[in-house]
Amino acid sequence: MHRSRFLFPVLAFGALALYPLAGGGFGIDLVTKIMVYAIFALSLELLAGTTGLVSFGHAAFFGIGAYAAVMLSPQSGPASALWLAPACMLAAAGYALAVGALSLRTKGVYFIMVTLAFAQMAYYVVHDTPFGGGTDGIYLTLKPTLAGLDLDQALLLYGFTLGCLMLVFALLALLLRSTFGRALAGIRVNEQRMRATGFSTYPYKLAAFVLSGAIAGLAGFLFAVKDGFVNPEMMGWHLSGAVLIMIILGGLGHLEGALIGAFAFALLQELFKSEAVFGAFAKHWQLGLGLAIIACVALLPRGLIGVPELLRERLVGRRNGARAAAEVQHELA
Amino acid sequence: MDLATFLIQCLNSLQYGLLLFLVASGLTLIFGIMGVINLAHGSFYMIGAYMAHALAPPVAATFGGGFFAVLAVGTVLAVVLGYVLEWAFFSFLYGREHLQQVLMTYGLILVFEELRSLLLGDDVHGVQAPPSLAGSLPLGELMTYPVYRLFISGVCVALALGMYFVFTRTRIGMMIRAGSANREMVQSLGIDIQFLYRVVFAAGVAIAVFAGMVAAPVSSVYPGMGNSVLIVCFVVVVIGGIGSIRGALLAALLIGAVDTFGKVLLPQAAGVLVYVLMALILLWKPDGLFKAG
Repeated sequence: MHRSRFLFPVLAFGALALYPLAGGGFGIDLVTKIMVYAIFALSLELLAGTTGLVSFGHAAFFGIGAYAAVMLSPQSGPASALWLAPACMLAAAGYALAVGALSLRTKGVYFIMVTLAFAQMAYYVVHDTPFGGGTDGIYLTLKPTLAGLDLDQALLLYGFTLGCLMLVFALLALLLRSTFGRALAGIRVNEQRMRATGFSTYPYKLAAFVLSGAIAGLAGFLFAVKDGFVNPEMMGWHLSGAVLIMIILGGLGHLEGALIGAFAFALLQELFKSEAVFGAFAKHWQLGLGLAIIACVALLPRGLIGVPELLRERLVGRRNGARAAAEVQHELA
Repeated sequence: MDLATFLIQCLNSLQYGLLLFLVASGLTLIFGIMGVINLAHGSFYMIGAYMAHALAPPVAATFGGGFFAVLAVGTVLAVVLGYVLEWAFFSFLYGREHLQQVLMTYGLILVFEELRSLLLGDDVHGVQAPPSLAGSLPLGELMTYPVYRLFISGVCVALALGMYFVFTRTRIGMMIRAGSANREMVQSLGIDIQFLYRVVFAAGVAIAVFAGMVAAPVSSVYPGMGNSVLIVCFVVVVIGGIGSIRGALLAALLIGAVDTFGKVLLPQAAGVLVYVLMALILLWKPDGLFKAG
């Protein structure tokens, strides 16, 4: 168990690091996008999977990070990613602090809806007002640089995104094993008992919320740099739903689940969009995606990460069943 | 704003609020009684609106009736649809974690949306109000008001009263209320809870589809209409207090008023007002206005 915990990230990040040797331009762009989603999914995993706080408005922090990347970029020349990225995270964290401070007063389904409400407020600010270009969105004309190199280069951006992903993963893995992470897990399992043992749970939840918002802001920053364009849809509830789907699909309660889920969701989407596979039907790719999601829920209640365990149970279970049947037959004889 | 505009907007917000209540009541019933979060509920509304558009020619050819025949046929189809969906998908979701319900019903949204696109295309359609309800009615000396909108309000009030009667005065209503409080107890009394759930679900679907059909002449019929309704209905359900029909009614009327008057008085901020209202109410009452149970 202990060994396999290190095995997965080492294999996964190793494969991602080697991928540019094999992948072409389209593949590198796609995997960069998926890694950005994976960072986004990890941010929600910290909140929903670890702390048990399901946010249905995480796209707001993603979008704020993206908008901040464009709005804070100076017109005179390219910004350095080394200050722009933290600035975007700070902007998202600031909104997360306000939203978290208020919405953590509610619980359960109510919490889900309040986070949605705050995300919709942010959405309507960029959608209905001239701020940030309105419905048309705005372009990031000057992409930031990293140590003097232009992040416009696909390969450099790929490496930078992979570095961010690994950093976020490692940070969260460390965090979950710390006292702070244990407290969050305790809150998920039984908040009442945590309070009874003398933990003031509110600051812990708020800290998790703000940290989660900051990481989502980082993902938004990377997305804006990759596409060079932001629009209000980045704050829409569809994206909040999609990232929630990613972590549930992968398996809630595991950082690996968020990674697997982001890749599975994005690759399924690409598969059903592929005209080479589905021909003219590819236009209706959401039908295939929807059916695949339904099949996953029906067949994999613990998400994709639960598949090996499920297989083992099936196989062992069947063997036990066969043995029991043999015993019954023996007795009858 | 002069008096006539004010009164017309009052009627408009009442009509919108009542319609929201119809859709939201199904959502809160299915959550309150079966414990299932159904993201696909907005799709039923969308299906209803598209039925009003697409069923008209075949119904006219078969039964020779107009809009009301379409309503009747559509409602029957909706009950069948609800019954089949409960059997095929939703019966697997009882007792599952809420997040799995969210996941599966999100999948269903995608499926419904694409099936709609495959079968009926992505065009925006208008639906004609029936000739008997076209035109406007003079109200006092100040103003006239479209008859069809009054019809919507009337139908919604009638359905709401009907639901109230079923829940409080009938045997099946009693069983449903008991089933939501204690499933095992009701089952051990020899009541087929599976069948009861199927009936409640089919009724919830039928009400949403019916609301979609009735609203079609006012709202027109367009792709993605289910999703916008869904989010607002969730707001209604949450403000009202989950599982509370009374709360849903009050919340729907409140949101109808805020949205309608917001569009007239503060068009820039119209979209956001509903959510500001929701945040304020939940900060004041974290469990909604009427907590059920």
